[in-house]
Amino acid sequence: MRVALFITCVNDTLFPGTGRAVVTLLRRLGCDVDFPRAQTCCGQMHVNTGYPEEGRRLARHFVDVFAEYDAVVAPSGSCAAMVREQYPRLARTPAVPASITAGAPADLITGTLPPSAEETAAPGARERPRPGSFAEEVAATVPKVHELSEFLVDVLGVTDVGAYFPHRVTYHPTCHSLRALRLGDRPTRLLEQVRGLELVPLPGADECCGFGGTFAVKNPAISAAMCADKVHNVATTGAEVLCAADNSCLMHIGGTLSRQRTGVRIMHLAEILAATETGDHGVVRG
Amino acid sequence: MSGGATFLGMPAFPVNAAAAVQDSQLRYNLRKATHTIRGKRALAVGELPDWTELRRAAKEIKDHTLRNLERYLVRMEEAVTAAGGHVHWAADAEEANRIVADLVKATGETSVVKVKSMATQEIGLNEALELEGITAYETDLAELIVQLGDDWPSHILVPAIHRNRSEIREIFREKMADWGRAAPEDLTDEPRALAEAARLHLRERFLSTRVAISGANFMIAETGTLVVLESEGNGRMCLTLPETLISVVGIEKLLPSWQDLEVFLQLLPRSSTGERMNPYTSTWTGAAEGQEFHLVLLDNGRTDVLADEIGRQALRCIRCSACLNVCPVYERAGGHAYGSVYPGPIGAILTPQLRGTASELDASLPYASTLCGACFDACPVAIDIPEVLVHLRGRVRHPRVERLGMRAAGWVFNRPARLARTQRLGGRLRRFVPGRLPGPLSAWTDTRDIPDIPSESFRDWWDRTDGGVK
Ligand code: SF4
Repeated sequence: MRVALFITCVNDTLFPGTGRAVVTLLRRLGCDVDFPRAQTCCGQMHVNTGYPEEGRRLARHFVDVFAEYDAVVAPSGSCAAMVREQYPRLARTPAVPASITAGAPADLITGTLPPSAEETAAPGARERPRPGSFAEEVAATVPKVHELSEFLVDVLGVTDVGAYFPHRVTYHPTCHSLRALRLGDRPTRLLEQVRGLELVPLPGADECCGFGGTFAVKNPAISAAMCADKVHNVATTGAEVLCAADNSCLMHIGGTLSRQRTGVRIMHLAEILAATETGDHGVVRG
Repeated sequence: MSGGATFLGMPAFPVNAAAAVQDSQLRYNLRKATHTIRGKRALAVGELPDWTELRRAAKEIKDHTLRNLERYLVRMEEAVTAAGGHVHWAADAEEANRIVADLVKATGETSVVKVKSMATQEIGLNEALELEGITAYETDLAELIVQLGDDWPSHILVPAIHRNRSEIREIFREKMADWGRAAPEDLTDEPRALAEAARLHLRERFLSTRVAISGANFMIAETGTLVVLESEGNGRMCLTLPETLISVVGIEKLLPSWQDLEVFLQLLPRSSTGERMNPYTSTWTGAAEGQEFHLVLLDNGRTDVLADEIGRQALRCIRCSACLNVCPVYERAGGHAYGSVYPGPIGAILTPQLRGTASELDASLPYASTLCGACFDACPVAIDIPEVLVHLRGRVRHPRVERLGMRAAGWVFNRPARLARTQRLGGRLRRFVPGRLPGPLSAWTDTRDIPDIPSESFRDWWDRTDGGVK
């Protein structure tokens, strides 16, 4: 199967080892992988910080780059969630809402409420994008984009990827993987099949680590308090490695683990799954 | 929305939250309380096999009502009037407060009892009445604690959630006498003893007050009926004993028919207190014999919210507070940090829509979330709070440095070659990246180590090795 990798800008720039691990892993499973060089960023940072125009441009670019492929694999829960959740919204013609700061209020009492989009549009019109529109291109591209564990379990139908990693590991499911993508137990089913690996449950696993992209910079005190609790929970497991399917959350938790000199390493799911007894270069970080 | 005098001019959320997070007693109280309710809620929700269908039904009923709000409001007015009640329309907080003050003054009374109500807090009714020489007595236990403590509510359902038992005992002992019957000398911090002291204190008020002010959880357009759900039964006393009853209700609280109520009577108690059913459900239609009834329908920014296709879903809210109890940010920041009677995730989307985002505080609220999505999962009317947060973020004024940074990042990401060049530059300069970053980014390095910048990006590795085959 020919697969396009969407490595994501964070992995490309800061965690290229994760990208190399994905290549190793998918080749081992018989996939023909391609890295479309024109790719950049999914636009998550822009959209989530309140710059939808920039986000729309990047979404446009993403669709141009990946539209022709049969399958796109991203080793990032939050970037896959971005594409799946936000792209259809971005592609919809922007609503013309009243300003939240000013603007003439609709006067309900005298009955001049503007009709809602649902009322003015034909039934189901919101779901059916116009032929040839950006919305239609998005609708055609989005279903082809898979987060790594989804791709392995749902598309390739494997849970035993032939990995060997003799360490004590705990898994943090990250919010977007958990609640936006609904990855469920796919990642842990994969980890359970790794030879030598001891998977220990993480207390409070479903609680957010406090990263939230720019949240970590805009609300540093709360972000730090949330991460401190996460790190405390990681420490109670006695794990050597904290694993997740998202390097941005791992960067945040890992930065705190490192500052607190806990000795716990962070590893992306792909890096563990790429590791074999003969030692793949995929596991090398950085 | 006046939101109570002290909320005005509050600093932005991050500043308030940073102070709150240092308060270990507050954090302990909040964590304990929210996690307890959270667990109870999960059990009560898990019991219902048709929760998903109920949730969808609730969402659809609310959306339908909001789309046809005008029609149902008129029907409500007709039904209430037909049942002997009076209906008043209030465009904003000032108008609502004036209507209520005039109604109270017309009775010749100078004190009123109150049933816990978010709408009257939103418009700052107690303070407005005070200026007119009218004292409003809160009768909900938690509201009483807040009122006696000269404090501000910090949770929708449990306004005194930030207080523990011994703090409440102190407040009762010090303040109760000023407001009526004093607390017993030997008051302990046993929940039973505290509740008994409040009961005796409140009983005096119920029996001596002739005007009551309430809100409502729901209004039923079909019959002109108002519905209040409560746990203590104090509200029922307020609704039945006094001679004049004034209800201040937000226009979004409408339901078309009695049958619709069935859905919400299942969703609300389970979501808010983790109970299968709330202990007291009171309904009233128009004026009872010997009683006068006034309904004040409050807009106060709601029609503006209604006009926004994405933001409008916030008006589905039934104030169950489930989103607060699962929110990791609320748990650490506390309710006061949000500077509004609506704290937590729902406050972060409702307040900036009702008040606008002109103040620094209101502009910071859409950012008071990591977008973790726990609130959306918990919400019984399926309000996609993260979606609205992101939508509102697109409409606030951004700080200049941020705008520049985002524009620069956008410029880099718009061309793959630029991204590659920037990565190479970063790789070359990696030895010079300091452990502590300057400016706004210092917030990152205060508690975290930044990752090592790799010498080679993925794309350069791919090019150099021809995709790893060389
Ligand atoms: S937003 Fe949803 S969860 Fe939050 S208080 Fe309103 S109804 Fe409850």
